Amino acid sequence: MKNITKIGAVSALSLIIGASAAFAENIKIAFIDPLSGPFASTGTNGLHQFEFAADYMVNQNGGVLGGTNFEVIGFDNKISPKESLIQLQVAIDQGVRFIVQGNSSGVANALTEAVDKHNKRNPDSRVLFLNYAAVDPALTNDKCNFWHFRFDANADLKMDAITDSIVANADVSKVYVIGQDYSFGKAVSDAANRFLGEKSDTIEIVGDELHPIGKVKDFTPYSRKIVSSGADAVITGNWGADMLGLGKSIIENGFTGPIYTYYAAGSGITAAFGEGGKGTIRLVGEGKVNPNPSQEVSDYYNAFLAKHPDGNIDQTRISNTIGMLAQAIEAAGTADDVVAVAKALEGMEYETIFGGTVLMRAKDHQAIQDLHIFEHTDEDIAFPYDGSTFGVKVINTIEMAGADSPTTCEMERPS
Amino acid sequence: MELILVNLIDGLVTGLLLFMLSAGLTLIFSMMGVLNFAHASFYMLGAYFGYQISLALGFWGALLVAPVIVGIAGAGVERYGLRRVHQYGHVPELIFTFGLALLIEELVQFIWGKNQMPFNGPEVLNFTAFAIAGNSIPAYKIFMIFISISIFMGLLYILTKTRVGMIIQAALSYPRTVEALGHNVPLIFMGVFGVGTALAGVAGVIAGPVLGTFPGMAFVLGSIVFVTIVIGGLGSLWGALVASLLIGWITTFAKSYNVEMEAVLNGIGIATPDDLSENLFRDFWALTSPQIADILPYILMVLILIFRPQGLFGKRQS
Repeated sequence: MKNITKIGAVSALSLIIGASAAFAENIKIAFIDPLSGPFASTGTNGLHQFEFAADYMVNQNGGVLGGTNFEVIGFDNKISPKESLIQLQVAIDQGVRFIVQGNSSGVANALTEAVDKHNKRNPDSRVLFLNYAAVDPALTNDKCNFWHFRFDANADLKMDAITDSIVANADVSKVYVIGQDYSFGKAVSDAANRFLGEKSDTIEIVGDELHPIGKVKDFTPYSRKIVSSGADAVITGNWGADMLGLGKSIIENGFTGPIYTYYAAGSGITAAFGEGGKGTIRLVGEGKVNPNPSQEVSDYYNAFLAKHPDGNIDQTRISNTIGMLAQAIEAAGTADDVVAVAKALEGMEYETIFGGTVLMRAKDHQAIQDLHIFEHTDEDIAFPYDGSTFGVKVINTIEMAGADSPTTCEMERPS
Repeated sequence: MELILVNLIDGLVTGLLLFMLSAGLTLIFSMMGVLNFAHASFYMLGAYFGYQISLALGFWGALLVAPVIVGIAGAGVERYGLRRVHQYGHVPELIFTFGLALLIEELVQFIWGKNQMPFNGPEVLNFTAFAIAGNSIPAYKIFMIFISISIFMGLLYILTKTRVGMIIQAALSYPRTVEALGHNVPLIFMGVFGVGTALAGVAGVIAGPVLGTFPGMAFVLGSIVFVTIVIGGLGSLWGALVASLLIGWITTFAKSYNVEMEAVLNGIGIATPDDLSENLFRDFWALTSPQIADILPYILMVLILIFRPQGLFGKRQS
């Protein structure tokens, strides 16, 4: 008798949940990234940009499907793959159909696998994984699947852009590669060696080195080696304190050539480099803000600053992610059937307000977009970072970077 | 050849910075018998206070004011924290300083956030003092050397030539006798703790612009400071100086030259195995000196503990 009561209660409950999901007003987007711990500032900044993009681009324009709003919900994964899977389950149970994540390719690898499994087993509650920043090339190659879409250029595409810029620079004949001693640092080093080897016979790699991650007190000995190697340019995938420490030390010890980086902006780094990094620090990335932002971009940025005065829009792809998702939902005519939404996303060409087109390549779900080489400077900066007068400015653009780049992806498509 | 000179200067800067931290720590340890785990946290506080004050008073104002505030905070910790815990023995004191280190780190994150702080050195020193074979030595580094050496001289003078210094030295070894002679030993303890933490504060202010001002800065430097005072000998100012310089130079040289383990082993007469890829020790053979540079001080510490447990300049045999 007791058991029957229990079963009755459970089925009644599930009916209620099912019903509330069916009548839910908002389209829920789960943001699974670190919101506490050492990377909390990165995660929180990303969440703010997502909330703002959803509000500004969708909700204030009347929503999608004739009045349905986007709702971004933050889930703290403490940057742990294990915790991320728990949060994914929580999100799915809350009726979320769209997952966004970006910090750490380790987490992204775990999530994409879990999403693939979940979607196979639960055709009624399938979800899409929109990856806005995890750049491990494997995610759109060997480990690709139909449910994963990457809106950021992967590490190889970015290195392709960096090495293009180096080869085009006649002053550079010697390059020094240095990075943190872990998978991403090694991937950057491999890619640098591969692309420079393919593109040029004259450019020599005079140093290729890894240092312990997060443990180096003083980068002076490393920068001495870089200077005395006679390098004209440096490539590094460093981030956080390692990026700032390395960059500052190289500059202070007399290096004047360009330092090509992935992550040397925002989160206090731009302000801390200040005058010293001017003309030396270069970044690769998407989305042009400086110089001469268009009226649309200015409005967007100013509205963001009104909400988050200390924030930076350092990931313009977040706006693309929201914009493309909204467009795909409109095209599919539904937000519940994620297969239809995914098919609408495949091959979509999206005009971004930050200039150019973003193409979601159908065969591997890798976004192909204009990549820029940025320079750290205080000239022509309409929107600086970190409340300083410094920001990053586009100095070189590669249109539709890597549009014909090869992929090993062979995904199974749901019929 | 020129690079050796450059590395000597770099190692000197690293070593002297380490000395400013270890000098205070070694005095505090020899006096209270407690390893102050929070010592590096006071160094961090120095950098953050320095940054905040430099916004209002400029770098030089910060260099004067921030260490004083850190010193007062340190004295307060001794007076109202450690002294109360002292009666329960050494372990509670140890745990107290450990908790304090965690607390300070959280507090710093709470007030200043987790981002890097844009703390920069003074404009006046923003030039290249001289260059050796293309390696420029920033004027700021010369300034760091100058400050550290003056602090060492000052400390040495106070400890060995003045009356205050003699009382402190006496209180180090015979606190009860000194107390019986009418000196206020708890006050001396508080003073030494305050001065020790103030030194860490100075180190924080001058290192902040070079090594970065961020919540992890105490953690990065914390353990190496303990290694320094163990190698140097507890309670010895000269020991702290020699050990700091030794560590500074060892790590700098190890990182600057790519000495491979294979070359070292071949040098002492061990031939490279034919098939390295199948060898059990292949990772060991592939090691290079920059990879192990940061653990060399720890290896040195183990050797010192085995062959000279009192440290290079230590007096105590316990």
